[in-house]
Amino acid sequence: MISAIKSIVQWNPTVPQKPGITERVHRALIILMMLGLVFSMVFPIIELLKRALQDQSGTYIGLDNFTTYFTSPSLFQSAYHTVTIAIITTIISVSAAFLFAYAIERTHMKGKTFFTYIGLLPLFAPTMMYGIALIYLLGNNGLLTTGFFGLTEQWFGWEEFDFELYGMKGIIISEVIFTFPQAFLILKVALSTADQRLYEAADTLGASTLRKLVTVTLPSIKYGLVSAFFVCFTLSFTDFGAPKVVGGQYNVLATDVYKQVIGQQNFSMGATVGIILTIPAIIAFIVDQTIQRKQSGGVNSRAVPYKTPKNKGRDRLYLLYCSAIAFSVLLLFGAIAAAAFVKVWPYDFSLTLRNFGFGSVAGDGLKPYWNSLIVSTLTATIGTAVIFIGAYLTEKSRHLKWVRKVSYFLSILPIALPGLVIGLAFIFFFNEQAFTIPFINMEIANPFKWLYGSLAILVLANIVHFYAVAFITANTSLKKQDDEFESVSEAMNVPFYKTFSRVTVPLSLPAILEMAMYLFVNSMTTISAVVFLYSPDWKLASIAIVNMDDAGDIAPAAAMSLLIIATNIIVRVVYELLSKKLMNRTNAWKQTQT
Amino acid sequence: MKKTMLFIVSLMLVFVAACSGGNAETKEKEITVYTALEDDMIETYLSSFKEKHPNIKVNIVRDSTGVVTSKLLAEKDNPKADVVWGLAATSLLVADQKGMLEGYAPEGIDRVGSQYKDTQNEKPHWVGIDAWMTGIAVNTVELKEMGLEAPQSYEDLLDPKYKDLIVMPNPASSGTGFLTVSAMMQLMGEDKAWNYMDELHKNVGMYTHSGSKPAKLAGQGEYPIGISFGYRGITQAEKGEPIKTIFPEEGSGWDLEANALVKKENIKDEAKTFLDWAISDKAMKEYSENFAITTVPTDKPVPEGFPEDPTEQLIDNDFNWAAENRQEILDKWTKNYDGKSAPKE
Repeated sequence: MISAIKSIVQWNPTVPQKPGITERVHRALIILMMLGLVFSMVFPIIELLKRALQDQSGTYIGLDNFTTYFTSPSLFQSAYHTVTIAIITTIISVSAAFLFAYAIERTHMKGKTFFTYIGLLPLFAPTMMYGIALIYLLGNNGLLTTGFFGLTEQWFGWEEFDFELYGMKGIIISEVIFTFPQAFLILKVALSTADQRLYEAADTLGASTLRKLVTVTLPSIKYGLVSAFFVCFTLSFTDFGAPKVVGGQYNVLATDVYKQVIGQQNFSMGATVGIILTIPAIIAFIVDQTIQRKQSGGVNSRAVPYKTPKNKGRDRLYLLYCSAIAFSVLLLFGAIAAAAFVKVWPYDFSLTLRNFGFGSVAGDGLKPYWNSLIVSTLTATIGTAVIFIGAYLTEKSRHLKWVRKVSYFLSILPIALPGLVIGLAFIFFFNEQAFTIPFINMEIANPFKWLYGSLAILVLANIVHFYAVAFITANTSLKKQDDEFESVSEAMNVPFYKTFSRVTVPLSLPAILEMAMYLFVNSMTTISAVVFLYSPDWKLASIAIVNMDDAGDIAPAAAMSLLIIATNIIVRVVYELLSKKLMNRTNAWKQTQT
Repeated sequence: MKKTMLFIVSLMLVFVAACSGGNAETKEKEITVYTALEDDMIETYLSSFKEKHPNIKVNIVRDSTGVVTSKLLAEKDNPKADVVWGLAATSLLVADQKGMLEGYAPEGIDRVGSQYKDTQNEKPHWVGIDAWMTGIAVNTVELKEMGLEAPQSYEDLLDPKYKDLIVMPNPASSGTGFLTVSAMMQLMGEDKAWNYMDELHKNVGMYTHSGSKPAKLAGQGEYPIGISFGYRGITQAEKGEPIKTIFPEEGSGWDLEANALVKKENIKDEAKTFLDWAISDKAMKEYSENFAITTVPTDKPVPEGFPEDPTEQLIDNDFNWAAENRQEILDKWTKNYDGKSAPKE
């Protein structure tokens, strides 16, 4: 009997199969995907590791570069700075985001939709923008530091103060704004489910509010918290944009990599610092993977959904808190908008469109903006297609199991790779004249060299950089779809590509849209990977911002940031409208016909 | 299975070959020009070249002096640039010492004064187009509010009342920074100059990557005093910023922006055409819009804000000395001031 059931469960409809067509195509595609991952990720990283063990002329010197790094005080200091920044940022950002998410999920506060969108707004801007906005607000001659240029002094006696923005303070504030939406998103999901029974039990036992927080709420979201901590830590540890703009003389690892490579052309040291930059991300990656395996549903089938108790005082308090956050965020964006349209800040406040000309500054006109649009669109379309098909093969195919396992690992690995490291690794790999094949010592000319300095390498770098998150989105969506679609269509002799295009893709459309939007928005704002890879013909908007800031043209830099933000918001709105329409259409069958 | 793989691999190779083949063909009549000229000037300059030679495509690679220099040096064995246009002469001398420059006498070279071109080789390895010098951009509004006088000399800058108000370009990455430091060395002697910079360091609020940023920061009032180059402060004043450009009493450090032909296997004729154009009267006229001193005199009067005879302001500059000692000075500078940021907080 049991064996009969087993045989039914394990029944595989192999009988009517046409020998091999599907299988062959699947195998070919899986191998192709694997080769793609190996060539665009594994080989470049190996090249980077090799470079870190070489001196400038290319002779192997073991770990000398690391020794040099940790023994030269100025470089070691950067490591110390970076850790300090990351720790402080993480603590502030996660606490602030926790309260914010709590307000959205666990209170009856008004304006939740508004606050949610405001909380996510910083996602649309390049990190340089926060730095620039802070200069206008809190710089030596900023709006707040001078007390609205002396106005408040006249009215309320609020005197000027010296904020000393450039350095640690500036970087930390920027990083907090940068990481806040990420932590908020994670914690919002974590807080959205809870078991009412636990709170009832706590109430019966007479637990205080604080005790409930520590014994019920926090433990129920511990995975979310850990995840938020790591995300914030890694992001602020590796960010390059903000320290570049408001770092002053406060050196951090990311700016060190840039200075070593761009300023001094010292690629070996750049690679060395790059590897050090990756350490926390790798640790986070391992911890995250281990935790996810342990994570079992804290909410089981008998759980009662959490009902938020009424409490006017609490709601008002949270409203006040969220308004303060929203005000700060809007103030930043307001400062950028003002800076972009004002003639000579802070001496001539007449409005102008001059800063959007970009012709007379380090920006090359509007071209970098169009370039960014092209790169982002290509990344979004090609990236979504490639990543989705990759996820489909990994999840749904039944062939080449071990290859799929490895490619699954490689697909989520980029989450641990900072953009700067990807950029550097790409320079090393794609600019190499020839490779020596190990063991047989044969030299072959680098067949990918033409990519270097082209548009394609920027798109490829972006796809690799953002691969993991998009892959996980696709994977989650595919996991929800029953494998029987594949088995049944195979049994009925429907070719797999028909099942793919008629069933899998339509069912995954929301995820596909989300992937495309994610890739687009991030390609618009990213700087870290592409800063090493752009050629004069393909300068991007985010790079133009860095160059303009370098030249001191911060008003046009603000204008360019504004263009990026506006574009991303438009894309987001289009995405929301599309996915809403899609929801209505795909859910139409669920409505009962009358 | 193996067949499929073989097929895929060969398909990929064909694709790759096709792409790389197509790329090579378009390279004709194209020259790559490395330059450290200011972005906002390049387009205007080039327009007369494009008019005359519409069939030559000029790829401009622009960055700050330090970056262009290190890029040039890094590509020593496989130079990408055909021509260097408007790069600090001190930087070109470094490249020349490594044997990276080819001698070439552009048309009309005799019009260029001997102090502005290479005279050590029969065919000059580099030819200057204009001279630029240190100028101190001060924000008059901010200084007035603080009740401070504008500094008039290098010596003035050491006054403790200017603590944290001065911005200076980092000489390791900026040409302006280097010529200023090198001028101090030549004016004061090395030991005294290092002592001077130790003192100056106490007053400096920030070192910047580019030579124009200090003037821009002064213009925004972020830091009221910016050691920059003369032209930058003057153009900003024209834009309406409350900036006055001061040329220090001791004299200004200066450098030439110079051109050179890069030594490589196949030197393109178009590169020489470009160099001929780059010292033509037409080009000089354009340079004179932005520089008080061009190496071929033009009829244009000295721009407003500059000293009446700008050549008087120039110190006696020994380019060879500066080039020989460049690396040593930069190493010491970086060691002393760049990594020393923490105690300042």
